[in-house]
Amino acid sequence: MRHLLAIGDLERGDIERIMERAEGFAEVGRRDIKKVPTLRGRTIVNLFYESSTRTSSSFELAAKRLSADVVSVKSTGSSVDKGESLKDTIATLGAYGPEAIVIRSPHAGAADLVARWSDAAVVNAGDGKHEHPSQALLDVYTLLRRLGSLEGKRIWIVGDVLHSRVARSNVLAFRMMGAEVTVCGPPTLIPRDVEAALGCRVSFELDGLEGADVVYVLRMQRERMRESFVPSIREYAANYQIDSRRLSPRQLLMHPGPVNRGVELSGEALDGPNSLVTEQVESGLVVRMAILYELLTGGRPRADERSGDPDVTDPTPIREPA
Amino acid sequence: MSPTRSISSLDWRGAGGAGGKLVLRRAFVLDPRAGIEGTYDVVIAGGEIAALADPGSADGPGEVIEAEGKQVFPAFFDPHVHLRVPGDEDEEDVETGTRAAAAGGYCGVLAMANTTPPVDTAADILALRERASDEASVPAGFLGTVTRGLEGGELTEMADLRDAGAVGFSDDGLPIANSRLMRRALQYQHLVGANIALHEEDHDLSRPAGAHAPHLGGVMHEGVVSAALGLAGVPSVAESTMIARDAALAAYEDARIHVQHLSARESVDAVAAAKEAGVRITCEATPHHLVLTDEEVRSLDSRFKMNPPLRSEDDRQALIEALRSGVIDCVATDHAPHAAEEKEVPFEEAAMGVTGLETAFAVLHSELVLPGVLDLGVLVERMSAGAAPFEFEQPSLSPGSEASVVLFDPDAEWEAGADGWESRSDNSCFAGRRLRGRVLMTVVAGQVVYRQRSFAMGVA
Repeated sequence: MRHLLAIGDLERGDIERIMERAEGFAEVGRRDIKKVPTLRGRTIVNLFYESSTRTSSSFELAAKRLSADVVSVKSTGSSVDKGESLKDTIATLGAYGPEAIVIRSPHAGAADLVARWSDAAVVNAGDGKHEHPSQALLDVYTLLRRLGSLEGKRIWIVGDVLHSRVARSNVLAFRMMGAEVTVCGPPTLIPRDVEAALGCRVSFELDGLEGADVVYVLRMQRERMRESFVPSIREYAANYQIDSRRLSPRQLLMHPGPVNRGVELSGEALDGPNSLVTEQVESGLVVRMAILYELLTGGRPRADERSGDPDVTDPTPIREPA
Repeated sequence: MSPTRSISSLDWRGAGGAGGKLVLRRAFVLDPRAGIEGTYDVVIAGGEIAALADPGSADGPGEVIEAEGKQVFPAFFDPHVHLRVPGDEDEEDVETGTRAAAAGGYCGVLAMANTTPPVDTAADILALRERASDEASVPAGFLGTVTRGLEGGELTEMADLRDAGAVGFSDDGLPIANSRLMRRALQYQHLVGANIALHEEDHDLSRPAGAHAPHLGGVMHEGVVSAALGLAGVPSVAESTMIARDAALAAYEDARIHVQHLSARESVDAVAAAKEAGVRITCEATPHHLVLTDEEVRSLDSRFKMNPPLRSEDDRQALIEALRSGVIDCVATDHAPHAAEEKEVPFEEAAMGVTGLETAFAVLHSELVLPGVLDLGVLVERMSAGAAPFEFEQPSLSPGSEASVVLFDPDAEWEAGADGWESRSDNSCFAGRRLRGRVLMTVVAGQVVYRQRSFAMGVA
């Protein structure tokens, strides 16, 4: 894998390889010193054109745990605010010779453009409403740890599918791993032709949710009311909010965050026993380590490093000082 | 309707000239409107088609071109181009835009008024006409806007614009959203006479987040591909419902309208129904809508972003069938040059529009005529039929007609854009495509305005 731009570009084998690698890195997180020298001397640029807490911090920490040098650029206070084009910004950052660029953009296809304009490996950390592949991979990882396999599992994705890059990536990833996916939400927030586009079922009601093994809830933004997608947040919540009464003990509950408590998800369901939300965040770190490892080492040690420094690509801890 | 006039009476550098004698020997001559089809020596003299002589019988003095295996058609007419003057001369100007037209086989173009600032006064029209008479390789006409400043609020001084030489009116790039204003413009047409060209788009449907977030406007056709990409869609009905409204208003006011760049099956149905009911309505389709679909957008390549957007295969088939049947009157390119920095950005941010003059006929020849989808004669007719809605005489190959012809090599293979472009911009959605058939020479009113480079060297 040269870049991670979209789940649609991957094959099941790619996902499985990243899952295995993430499993290896999970062990690193349980050590006292949570750091491996794998990407020592490599430079990774995190370029975030949208506000983000968990994705940007997760990628930054993942890079640091792999001993890479990390530069994080946010749109506010940068040359981006001064009107610099994406192409010019990439050329400027390219002068540092980064091995990887992690980009979050409000626009679909931004990561593809960066891949075209730069020599670096590119990770799409969310491009507009298009895809958010690292989220989908961490969600698959989270579920595999719980369920062992997604083969034949029924997954419902509930909420504002129209505006959700998470929904698009996750439908594709879950299906690739063998799950059956239903998207559910108000008719105004389900894209026309989504069945044909993504290969999922559509439901406008929560009836049937009891058959789901996993309920994946999407964030509902309050702007949608002003844009007349829904008459009111109250009515949305009345029809689509997931609370603990809707869930049976065997059903798993997920959400990409940040949660609007009391809108798409009730507080007690979020904090309840069904919820995997905290596990998702933990998974995010190790899966993003695995993604960076996959892209920067081709999933295996580079020849020049194998001979010189056998330790470099081996995910073993830096030894504690004696 | 006003009486027609010749295309060459528009402003251009060659106005008043006639050119020397020119003979195109043994060419296959095709002009379906005039009922001409056969191999002739085309003799051009005094700016007119002097004769269609028996093959091999005509000779000098003057230039003689051996054109066996080549084709001669009436030159094309494009009722919809953007020359970007005034205001965006870094993208195109009258000189480069009309050179691109000449290279595409066109003997005339009509330029839209959505410039910066818009063409909305008589003085603007007069200034553009002066530029055209100094710079234009082919006759160029200029439309004025329907509404002042393209703001959709008040009518321009349409009679004054018409007196200054505006050949029609259009707010192209934007719809006339206000129904009352649209009706007034149609009423006023009874005084002014000139046709009104309409960009049909209901912004309430094409901008899904509404006025709350106009920047979230649709950027591609709403359908399977937009659902997969997460891009805001422009539904087909955003176009067809406005066509239906304006056809009804035109019928009620006994006015006439020209609908620009049809893109959807629903729009074809709306125009067909209006024509059936006797409404005075004409319409056009672009080469890109006739050849490409929204599947191209999967690449997120901004060269495939235009307004209206590329639609589904079903829509494309409907456009082709309508072009064949005559529901769509003519081909227009909507040649829309853009600077590189307006296109080298993410798809949603990119400017809408593609260039098209230099590739139009070759693309349609390669993609529709050669595979047997569209008859060559039908295409040739539709390529110049856009003159009629704006009261220009359609080019003809009948002896005695003004000699505006295109010499075409149906077998030449070339790669679009490989030799660069005459246009100042290179945002062609066909760049890099292998094409079969190439314009070798364009003649306007007897004057040679374009010779394809390798052909010119071969002749010399």
